[in-house]
Amino acid sequence: MQQFLNVTLTGLAQGAVYAAIALALVLIWRSTRIVNFAQGAMAMFTTYIALALIEAGQSYWVGLLVALVSGLVLGALVERVVVRRVEGGPELNAVIVTLGLFVGFQALAAILFGSTFVSFPAPFDLRGFTVGGVNIAFTPNSIFVIVAVIVVMLALVALFRFTNLGLQMRASAFSQEMSRLLGVRVGALLTLGWALAAVVGSLAGVLIAGGNLVSPNYMDAVVVYGFVAAVLGGLESPGGAVVGGLTIGLLLSYVSGYLGSELVALASLVILVAVLLVRPQGLFSHAAARRV
Amino acid sequence: MTQQADTPQDTEKDTGQAAAPASAAAPAPPPGRFDAVRRRLPKSTFARHALAALGGLVVVFLVLELTNPFRNSQFATMSYYAIAAVGLTTLTGLNGQISLGHGALMAVGAYTTGLLLGPDADGAALPLPIVMLVAMAVTAVVGVVVGAAAARLHGPYLAGATLALAVALPGLAIYFDEVLGGEQGLRIAAPRAPDWFSDAIYFLSANETPGVKYLAYVGWITLLVVLLLMANLKRGRVGRVWQAVRDDEVAAELAGIRLGRTRVVAFVVSAACAGLAGAVLAVVVRLAAPSGFTIVLSLSLLTAVVLGGLGTFTGALLGSALLVFLTPTVTNLGTSLGLDATAAAEVAPFVYGVVLVLVMLLAPAGAVGVLRKVWHRTRSDRSGSSTRRSA
Amino acid sequence: MSTSSDTRPADARTTGLEVVGLSASYGPVTALDGVDVSAEPGRITAVLGANGAGKTTLLRTISGLVRPTAGKVLLGGRDVTRAPAEMIARAGVAHVPEGRGVITELTVEENLRLGALLGSSRKRTRQQLDDIYTMFPPLAERRGRHAHTLSGGERQMLVIGRALLSGPDVLLLDEPSLGLAPRIVAQIFGLLRELVDDTAGERLSVLLVEQNARSALSIADVGVVLNLGRVVAVDSAAALAADDGLRHAYLGF
Repeated sequence: MQQFLNVTLTGLAQGAVYAAIALALVLIWRSTRIVNFAQGAMAMFTTYIALALIEAGQSYWVGLLVALVSGLVLGALVERVVVRRVEGGPELNAVIVTLGLFVGFQALAAILFGSTFVSFPAPFDLRGFTVGGVNIAFTPNSIFVIVAVIVVMLALVALFRFTNLGLQMRASAFSQEMSRLLGVRVGALLTLGWALAAVVGSLAGVLIAGGNLVSPNYMDAVVVYGFVAAVLGGLESPGGAVVGGLTIGLLLSYVSGYLGSELVALASLVILVAVLLVRPQGLFSHAAARRV
Repeated sequence: MTQQADTPQDTEKDTGQAAAPASAAAPAPPPGRFDAVRRRLPKSTFARHALAALGGLVVVFLVLELTNPFRNSQFATMSYYAIAAVGLTTLTGLNGQISLGHGALMAVGAYTTGLLLGPDADGAALPLPIVMLVAMAVTAVVGVVVGAAAARLHGPYLAGATLALAVALPGLAIYFDEVLGGEQGLRIAAPRAPDWFSDAIYFLSANETPGVKYLAYVGWITLLVVLLLMANLKRGRVGRVWQAVRDDEVAAELAGIRLGRTRVVAFVVSAACAGLAGAVLAVVVRLAAPSGFTIVLSLSLLTAVVLGGLGTFTGALLGSALLVFLTPTVTNLGTSLGLDATAAAEVAPFVYGVVLVLVMLLAPAGAVGVLRKVWHRTRSDRSGSSTRRSA
Repeated sequence: MSTSSDTRPADARTTGLEVVGLSASYGPVTALDGVDVSAEPGRITAVLGANGAGKTTLLRTISGLVRPTAGKVLLGGRDVTRAPAEMIARAGVAHVPEGRGVITELTVEENLRLGALLGSSRKRTRQQLDDIYTMFPPLAERRGRHAHTLSGGERQMLVIGRALLSGPDVLLLDEPSLGLAPRIVAQIFGLLRELVDDTAGERLSVLLVEQNARSALSIADVGVVLNLGRVVAVDSAAALAADDGLRHAYLGF
C-alpha cells in the first residue's frame, strides 16, 4: 500500500513535467503542423545555461529565470531562422529539420558543457514528507514542480482565452490565410508560439533536472514521453496534453515501480502504438477520427 | 522478398511489349554515343545489375588490397553504414516512410550475431554467413511487428513512434542483462578468414588477409549483394508499386494496391537490411552494447540518406562514405580548435545536425539531386541551340 | 462595347481602390493579364465572368495573397502592391474569400472580435459588436456557439459582420451567393446595397465577385466583365444587363 502511494505520488510529479513537454509540442503542432522533436534538446540546452549560472554562484531562481528567457529567445530564433523555411512544405522535410536540430543541440551541449553526468540542484528539500511516522516519496520539491507547471498552464489558459493576442494566436493556428486577411500578423505569432513553447519546454527541462543528474541526452526519453502524452491527448488540445501527461506519468511510474525502470521507455512505446492504432484521435479529443 | 525471383522476367516482358510497337511505328532514332555499349549489355535487368555488382567486386578487391589496414577498417565501417542506409533509402526514398528506429533494428541484428558467435573465437558453432542470415531473419521478424504498426502511421506520427522504439529498445538489453550483458554489452569474437578465402586473396594479390581486411570484404560483399537485390527490387514491379504509394496514396489505392501490405513489406525489407548491417557492425566492432545503438546512430543513418538525396542508392553510398571519411577530419578539426578528445568527438554529430538542417533548407534533393540538376543543366545548355529554333 | 463610362470627376479616384494593369500567374498559367478595375466609394462594382475568368485571382491579388507579376494596386491613391496580406488588411481592405472564411473552431463572438481588432478601442468594440448583433439578430442568439454550428446564411452574415467591424474602406466579396437559397441571397444583397448607401460620407467601396451575374447586376452600380484574365467590358450595371450579346457571350443569362 505504501509503495503504491509512493509510486503514485512520484508519477504525479513526473506527469506534471511530461504534461509541460506535451503542452509545448501541442502549441507548436497546432500552429505549424510540425512535431518539434528538438523540443527536449532545446530544453536540455537552456537547462545547461541555468546550471552554468548556478555553478558560477548565482541562485537557483536566477538560473531558472535565465533558462526561461533563453528558451524564449531560442524558440523564436529557431522558428525565424530555420523552421520558417520548411513550414507548409513536405512533412518529411520538417521532421528531418527538427531531428537535425535535435542532434545539433545535443552535440553542441556536449561540446560546450561536457558529456559527463553532472548534478543539478533542487530549490526545495528532496527528503519526503513524513505522514503518520512513515516517510513518503512526496517531497517539497515535488510540490514545487507541480505548482510551477500549474501556474504556467493557468497563464497559458488566460493568454488564449482572455486576451486578444491569444485569440489571434488561436485564429492563426486554425486558419492562417483568413487570419492574414483579418490583419493578423501570422508570421510574428508563429514565432511567438515557438518561443512560448520553448519557454514551457525549458521549464520542464529545469524541473526534471532538479535534484537529478543531467547529461546532454537526459531529455531524450522525456521528449518521447511528452510526445506519447500529447498523442494520448489528441495532439490538438492543450487540455488533452495535460491529462495525457499526468496519465503517462502515472502509468510509467507504475511500470518503473513494479516491473523495472529499464522497461519504462518500452512501456511508453507500447502505449503510443496502442493509442495510435486503437484510438488515433486521442483519448480525450472529441474530434472526428483523423489520419495518423 | 519472394517476389524478387519473378521481377526480372516481369520487367523484361514489360519493356519488350512497350518497345515493339514503338519501333514499328517510328523510324529508329539515330544512334547515340553510348548505344554501341548499350547494345552489348545483357537485356535482363537482373543480369545487368549482376554484371555491375561483379564490377563492384573487382573495385572492392583493388581498393582493399591497395589501402592500409586503417583504411580497410574505415571501409569496413562504411559497409555497415551503407547497408543500413540502403535499407533506409528503400523505405524513406521509395516508399515515403521515415524510420528513426533503424539504429534499434541494427541492435537486433548485432545482438543476434553476438549471441550466435559468442565471445570465444574458436567456439563459434555456425559459419559467419549462416549467422548473418539468422541475424537478418530475426530482425526481419521484428520488422514485421514494427512495420505492422508503422504501416498505419505517417510523417510525424511515424517518426515519433520509431523514435520511441530507438529510445526503448536498449532498455531491453539492460533488463535481460543475464543474456544480453547489460550496460557492458556482449563481447563478440571476430571471425577469422577461412583458409580458402585467404588462399584465394593470396593467389590474386600475394597479400595476407588479416582480420580487418577480411571483415571489410565481408561487409562489402554483403553490401554488394544487398545493392544487387535492392536495385532489382526497385526496377521491378515491387519498386514501382512502392513508388506509386509514395507519390500518391489515393491513386495507388484506386489502382488496386493494398497500401497496408505494401508498407509492411517495405518495412520488413528495410529492417532485414538493418539486421544485416547490425551483423556486420557486430563483427567489425566486436561488441554489441546499448551505448552503440543510441538515437544518434539512427540519426546518422538518416543523415547519410538525406545527404545523399532521398531515394537513390548512389546517394546512400555517398552519404555513408561522407559519414565515415569526414568524421575523423571533423574530429581533428575539433581537436585543433583546442577541444579535448571527448568534446572533439561531438563535433561530428554536431555537423550531422547542421547538415540535416542545411540540406533540407537549401537542397532537399541532397547531393545527388544537386549533381543531377547541374548535369541536366549542362546537357540542356548543350542541346539548347537545336531546341530553341522551334521557340 | 464601351471601355469606360466614368461619370465621376477624375480626382474622386484618389479614394477607393484602383487596380492598374494587374497581371498574375500560377506557374506557367496566366490568370490575370493587365487588368484595370476601380472600385469607387459609395458604389458597388460587380466583377463578372465565367469560371476561370480570373475573378477570384483578382481579389486574392488585391488583398496580397497572390503576388502580381505586373501592375499596381492603389488604395486611396497609395501604392500597396506586393505588401503582405495582413498589411493590406490593416490599410483598410476587408476580403471575404470564397467559401466565406469563417474560422469554424472559434465561437461566433470570437470571429467577430477578430474583425474588430483592426477597428478600435475596447469600449467601442463592445458597442460595435452590439451594432452587428442588432443588424444580424441570428448571430446574437448564437454568439457563444462554435461557428461550425451555423447555417450557410448565418455564416455569410458572420463574415460580412466581421468584415464591417474592421472598419474597411474597401470590401472585397467573393461569391457571397454561393450555396445560399435565393431568398437569403436577396436578403444579403439588399443589405449590401443599404450598407453602401447608408454609410456616412459614402466611404465604403465594394468589389463584388459573382457568377450569379443577374443578381449581382441588380444591386451593382458598375460592372466589369472578365474573360480569360482580361477585362472585356466595363459599363454601368444597367447597360451591361441590357447588352444581350455580352450577356449571352460571357454572363450566361
